[in-house]
Amino acid sequence: MFERHRPVAVRTEPLLLRIALIAIAVLFLSVFLILPLAAVFSEALRAGLGAYLAALVEPDALAAIRLTLLIAAIAVPCNLAFGVAAAWAIAKFEFAGKNLLTTLIDLPFSVSPVVSGLVYVLLFGAQGLLGPLLEKYNLHIIFAVPGIVLATIFVTFPFVARELIPLMQEQGRADEEAALTLGASSFRMFTTVTLPNIRWALLYGVLLCNARAMGEFGAVSVVSGHIRGLTNTMPLHVEILYNEYNFVGAFAVASLLALLALVTLAAKAVLEARYGDAIAGSNRH
Amino acid sequence: MTARRSLFKSTSALPGFGLALGYTLIYLTLIVLLPLAALVLRASGLGLAGFWTIATDARVVTALRLSFGLALLAGAINAVMGTLVAWVLSRYRFPGRRLLDAAVDLPFALPTAVAGLALSALYAPNGWIGWWFAQVGIKVAFTPLGIAVALVFIGLPFSVRTVQPVILELDRELEEASATLGATRFQTLWLVLLPPLIPAILTGFALAVARAVGEYGSVIFIAGNIPYVSEIAPLLIIIRLEEYNYAAATAVATLMLAISFVALLAINLIQAWSRRRFGYV
Repeated sequence: MFERHRPVAVRTEPLLLRIALIAIAVLFLSVFLILPLAAVFSEALRAGLGAYLAALVEPDALAAIRLTLLIAAIAVPCNLAFGVAAAWAIAKFEFAGKNLLTTLIDLPFSVSPVVSGLVYVLLFGAQGLLGPLLEKYNLHIIFAVPGIVLATIFVTFPFVARELIPLMQEQGRADEEAALTLGASSFRMFTTVTLPNIRWALLYGVLLCNARAMGEFGAVSVVSGHIRGLTNTMPLHVEILYNEYNFVGAFAVASLLALLALVTLAAKAVLEARYGDAIAGSNRH
Repeated sequence: MTARRSLFKSTSALPGFGLALGYTLIYLTLIVLLPLAALVLRASGLGLAGFWTIATDARVVTALRLSFGLALLAGAINAVMGTLVAWVLSRYRFPGRRLLDAAVDLPFALPTAVAGLALSALYAPNGWIGWWFAQVGIKVAFTPLGIAVALVFIGLPFSVRTVQPVILELDRELEEASATLGATRFQTLWLVLLPPLIPAILTGFALAVARAVGEYGSVIFIAGNIPYVSEIAPLLIIIRLEEYNYAAATAVATLMLAISFVALLAINLIQAWSRRRFGYV
């Protein structure tokens, strides 16, 4: 009996310690992660389902939802195209300055969202470097939709590229070279060899990029101008409602964003479980 | 073959190098590099004296100290709790483990404004958690303590997700050897298992701090935003911008950008040290 238990005892902690550690971890994660999520839905439904739904179909809320969808529909494809191009150049070719380029692509992740918004105000704002020029042609970027798109593209810049680069580096060039040798055109090689190889990682990157694009607050807050019904995205609308003490409305709109986060997490977990190998070293963000 | 290769000539037979790299460089320059350059240009226009006056302004110093101090505190809490959570999630089997494992990424996926809203509701004096603290006379929401709570929330996945893969890669034979040589389990944990985790713990700490210093959305709902007390540096940038005080906004932003670069440098140094010391990142 004693002999059978011995190997287990040296490889893990005593039972009581294990139970205590599990309890601490579960309690910590419940308080810090699960409770906030539960609070969003609980507060949103506090005044009943009717008030909840009414808050969602209110015109300003609908305008915010529409704008958020529009911003994501522009920003995500832009960064998708960039991510594929950058990964193609970095993973399949050798050139000087590659490491610097990879670092620069990750740069937006280390910049505060507020600073990300500010740089566009300094460039395109009324007092910005290009402000007088834009005014001459009556173009509006700051406090308008183009500014929100730009700020969103900035903060979601690295998402697709950083998923694809390590994967495509690992996959090497052999598959594509074989396709070319067999007479495929560049376009055919890309659509029938490269894309199928990277599709799950691509989807993974797009998923994360989209979640951030729809949920970005700080950067968008600086460039938006908070014009109700015009330049208010969903997260900004949440803030306005909250400041007006319309808590049911604020939490109702927030609950939609929380649902988006849950769907993102679920899809991410499914992708990792089923296609973990096809997404490669993407556990760290 | 390699001797006379020009700098940008590709050794690959694949097409599209010029197009892909060209597009990448143009897009990167237009979206990221030029706007950041505009910030630096604007800051340099202030002159050293002007910059110094703004940077040493009492309100700016207080805000930066608050942002940085609380980011370090939250990073430290996450380094300890994140390592514990990573250990429990990767070594033990218990019901709900996979669900909790997936939930660790919630702060990455949940929009910061929603996180801030939820935390302020939870920790307000009449909230689910704030009520308990109120009973013992502690105010969490609308104080610096509330900011720390938000920063722990934001930074948690950085710690867990950096340490977790290293725990999974640990060589179980080392533990057995240590036990065979007569070490107690505690000695094995402390002397054999912890040292190789330290680079990952430090990297997670640096990533969490870098993120927390610049964090805005999740903080402003719970902070109370009282000047000199609970006003974070990113909020001060926005306040100065709304006053059309572009010079002050630019100066604070440049300081924060410098802090991010130092954090980025620290992360790279930790990883270089780790590669030398342990042979992996």
